[in-house]
Amino acid sequence: MELYIHIPFCIKKCEYCDFLSGTSTESERARYSEAVMKELFLYADDFKDEIVTSVFIGGGTPTFLEADRMVRIMECVHSYYNLSSDCEITIECNPKTATLDSLYKYREAGINRISIGLQSVNSDELKLLGRVHDYNDFLRTFENARKAGFQNINIDIMTGLPGQTEEKLQKTLRAVYMLRPEHISSYDLIIEEGTPFYDKYASDLIRRDRGEETLLLPNEELEEKLSNQVEDFLISHGYHQYEISNFARPDKECRHNKGYWERVPYLGIGAGSASLIAEHRWNNVRDVYKYMEAIENNELPKVCLHELSKNEAMEEFFFLGLRKNEGVNRLDFENYFELTVDAVYGEVLRRLKSENLLIENAGQIYLTKRGRDVSNFILADFLLD
Amino acid sequence: MDQSHIRNFSIVAHIDHGKSTLADRMIEKTGTLTEREMQNQVLDNMDLERERGITIKSQAVRLIYTAKNGEEYIFNLIDTPGHVDFNYEVSRSLAACDGAVLVVDATQGVEAQTLANVYLAIDSNLEVLPVINKVDLPSAMPDRVAEEIENIIGIEAMDAPRISAKTGLNVEDVLEHIITDLPAPTGDAKAPLKGLIFDSFYDPYKGVIAFVRIFDGTVKAGDTIHFMASCAEDLAIEVGYFGAGRMIPCDELSAGMVGYIAAGIKNIRDARVGDTVTLKSNPAKEALPGYKKVNPMVYCGMYPADSAKYPDLRDALEKLQLNDAALQFEPETSAALGFGFRCGFLGLLHLDVIQERLEREYDLDLVTTAPGVIYKVHKTDGEVIELTNPSNLPDPAEIEYMEEPVVDAEIMVTSEFIGSIMDLCQERRGEYISMEYIEENRAVLKYVLPLNEIIYDFFDALKSRSRGYASLDYEFKEYRRSELQKLDILINKEVVDALSFIVFADSAYSKGRKFCEKLKTTIPRQLFDIPIQAAVGAKVIARETVKAYRKDVLAKCYGGDISRKKKLLEKQKEGKKRMRQIGSVEIPQEAFMSILKLDEE
Repeated sequence: MELYIHIPFCIKKCEYCDFLSGTSTESERARYSEAVMKELFLYADDFKDEIVTSVFIGGGTPTFLEADRMVRIMECVHSYYNLSSDCEITIECNPKTATLDSLYKYREAGINRISIGLQSVNSDELKLLGRVHDYNDFLRTFENARKAGFQNINIDIMTGLPGQTEEKLQKTLRAVYMLRPEHISSYDLIIEEGTPFYDKYASDLIRRDRGEETLLLPNEELEEKLSNQVEDFLISHGYHQYEISNFARPDKECRHNKGYWERVPYLGIGAGSASLIAEHRWNNVRDVYKYMEAIENNELPKVCLHELSKNEAMEEFFFLGLRKNEGVNRLDFENYFELTVDAVYGEVLRRLKSENLLIENAGQIYLTKRGRDVSNFILADFLLD
Repeated sequence: MDQSHIRNFSIVAHIDHGKSTLADRMIEKTGTLTEREMQNQVLDNMDLERERGITIKSQAVRLIYTAKNGEEYIFNLIDTPGHVDFNYEVSRSLAACDGAVLVVDATQGVEAQTLANVYLAIDSNLEVLPVINKVDLPSAMPDRVAEEIENIIGIEAMDAPRISAKTGLNVEDVLEHIITDLPAPTGDAKAPLKGLIFDSFYDPYKGVIAFVRIFDGTVKAGDTIHFMASCAEDLAIEVGYFGAGRMIPCDELSAGMVGYIAAGIKNIRDARVGDTVTLKSNPAKEALPGYKKVNPMVYCGMYPADSAKYPDLRDALEKLQLNDAALQFEPETSAALGFGFRCGFLGLLHLDVIQERLEREYDLDLVTTAPGVIYKVHKTDGEVIELTNPSNLPDPAEIEYMEEPVVDAEIMVTSEFIGSIMDLCQERRGEYISMEYIEENRAVLKYVLPLNEIIYDFFDALKSRSRGYASLDYEFKEYRRSELQKLDILINKEVVDALSFIVFADSAYSKGRKFCEKLKTTIPRQLFDIPIQAAVGAKVIARETVKAYRKDVLAKCYGGDISRKKKLLEKQKEGKKRMRQIGSVEIPQEAFMSILKLDEE
């Protein structure tokens, strides 16, 4: 199984962000980390026979939490759960929030992978996104991470930014490649409702969805070019794409991330975190105060608890699994669900193959390049009635 | 109760002039309901009507009023539908009355429908009692409106009660005037039974229930009744009258009374509006005048979005037909849409009502094709086809000529908008007949207009070009010869039969171009380019392209929370479900109706 720990604090929320995150006071952070440790404890007994193969500390900005508090959280993880010897333990980090000192502390606490949110090396783009750091802050953080002994580092970049050109993206790609990180995530900017970006770009978004010319956002053609540029660049520089948005050096794929697509059971700790355990999905309550109060009263603040039906599990098998470049395996499906793939999805697969959107090779079913580009359109076909 | 203490009347008004509100107040004042029981607008008991603020099916209510002279009177208030689609039903409801209360809005004055309805009332030999409503509003001009009523309609109105149905002001005056100004019925209770059906509905327990006005004779439960037009016969299981919102059984209905007869018959066609009920044992010599079988004017195709629901759609239409003798349907097949029905309606409102009821009450997802009128196709071999579905148009070589229905239209408009309304009628191929100033700054424009120009968003255009002030009334006139063509739409190079429509030859090009543009915005992008073409015969006259999706990737799912991703996919799938697969292209349901919105700019 995997563990996810959510730290919902940031120096300041970015303009495009709709994740659970926000500003905080020192006492709120203290109270919250106590609650996280207690929640780890409350679940400990349930999972005493399980092996934890990955831990991911995400946010928000986990490195904004005082490093000593993080160390204590990690002590709880180690003492309540059985971590495998090669357990991947990742912390997300924003440049400017992690000092060399804290990075050493994370390493000592057993954290062996760090994921740094860079997004772009161009200061105009960083400013537009509302990021609190500049390129130099990032460089310093990266060097410090290496110095502290991190040998597995991810860098997040973004495409589809307003005003982004192929030249600007190339600059970011070159700068990132110079550092030879083990892993690179590249996400298209998604403009989510309820963010300042949505107010700014909603009308442009509608134009783009219709395939019309845009005013501020890259038009669809450029958007596609930019994400192809990332793929081409990274693949020709020794990274392989193992998932729509993720690239890695050999053997450096993010185990935790792959787990999500492979439906490895995971337990979410902290406000708003998601869990998948024994074909049940739930979330913790998103409100940080409600979360803390519940935990303090020895209650588990589960919301949206839902047992997946067999159909839902089969849907997930495909719509999650097909995000990976290697796709899904026919036998895995058949062993797990005791049904043939063809009995459930024969017709969908035939049609997608005939449209060159999907390939099957020795039992491995995966999307073509074109299929990945329009995956939203395709994956909906795997929903059952 | 003797007939001198009965008054049978309707309230007639233009939409929004306060008919239903006045009815509510009268029901309140007569005390058949406590205030607590009062639902807002008791007479409009369909949700749909309430939302649209109009009354669709007529209904009747019996009120007991103790007048200022201390005597008790029975008022039978017969409600009438307020839309031109239901003119015939209005005329039968009025025929069941002896008088009519004419409600005119003190701020708006006489409108086209006021006129149309009041003429219907006068044609039915009703005494008309004018009432000026909404006098509580600051912009009310009751004296001017009274003058208008006298000048335009030609009835005495200076003493008309000036009321506010909303606040209840002077509503008692209306009740008193009804006694003094409207006549009592004068039938013969001993004569053979003559009852006029002015409405009917199907009750799953009691069978068809006919709303009747008894002109002569008496009917009681156990009598064998005979419907003179349909020739149906059955036992009257129950007779009674209408309390507010419910039926109250009684021993008998006799001359002058209004009530209902529940007969065992199962088919509403056997008890059509306008038919005369008599007794089998002692039949009337002749039926009451005015019966006619109403025929649909507007047709469209209705298809289940999910083809497996075809039997459900048929069942639902059959059930609706139980209550709606004017609704017609017959099975048809479309290459694009599969199995469905060609349905006939009195007009667009009727169509809308049925469509919404199918979707709401029967939970059906429908694809409705653009409505059209009935064209007469005269073939070279002398055969005449009544064309209700454009895709059945014979080969042009076999057509001698075609005819289309035209209507007499009356549009009432204030002088500042006369020009733009005349332009509109001109664009819609109207033939100018006359213009009459009914007062200083208001005129009635008379045009002969092709019906097919009216069903395509004419109402909306009228309203927008007159800032909502113009009002329209029309009735069928005749069939006229016209230059008509079939416009076909090709999507991805295939003709989609359900999108074909008949156009006036001169406007084929502009309609084709606009329709392609409209379809381009309605058809969502897919994984390949989709050409949309409009063609007359083999000639393509317009073309647009829906560009293929280049990219459509889901956001990351953060921290393993896949709920948003699932929602997105579900939305995507729901969207696909609401579309029809035509060849390899998915076309959303709205596309089939978008022809109606070509003039929206």
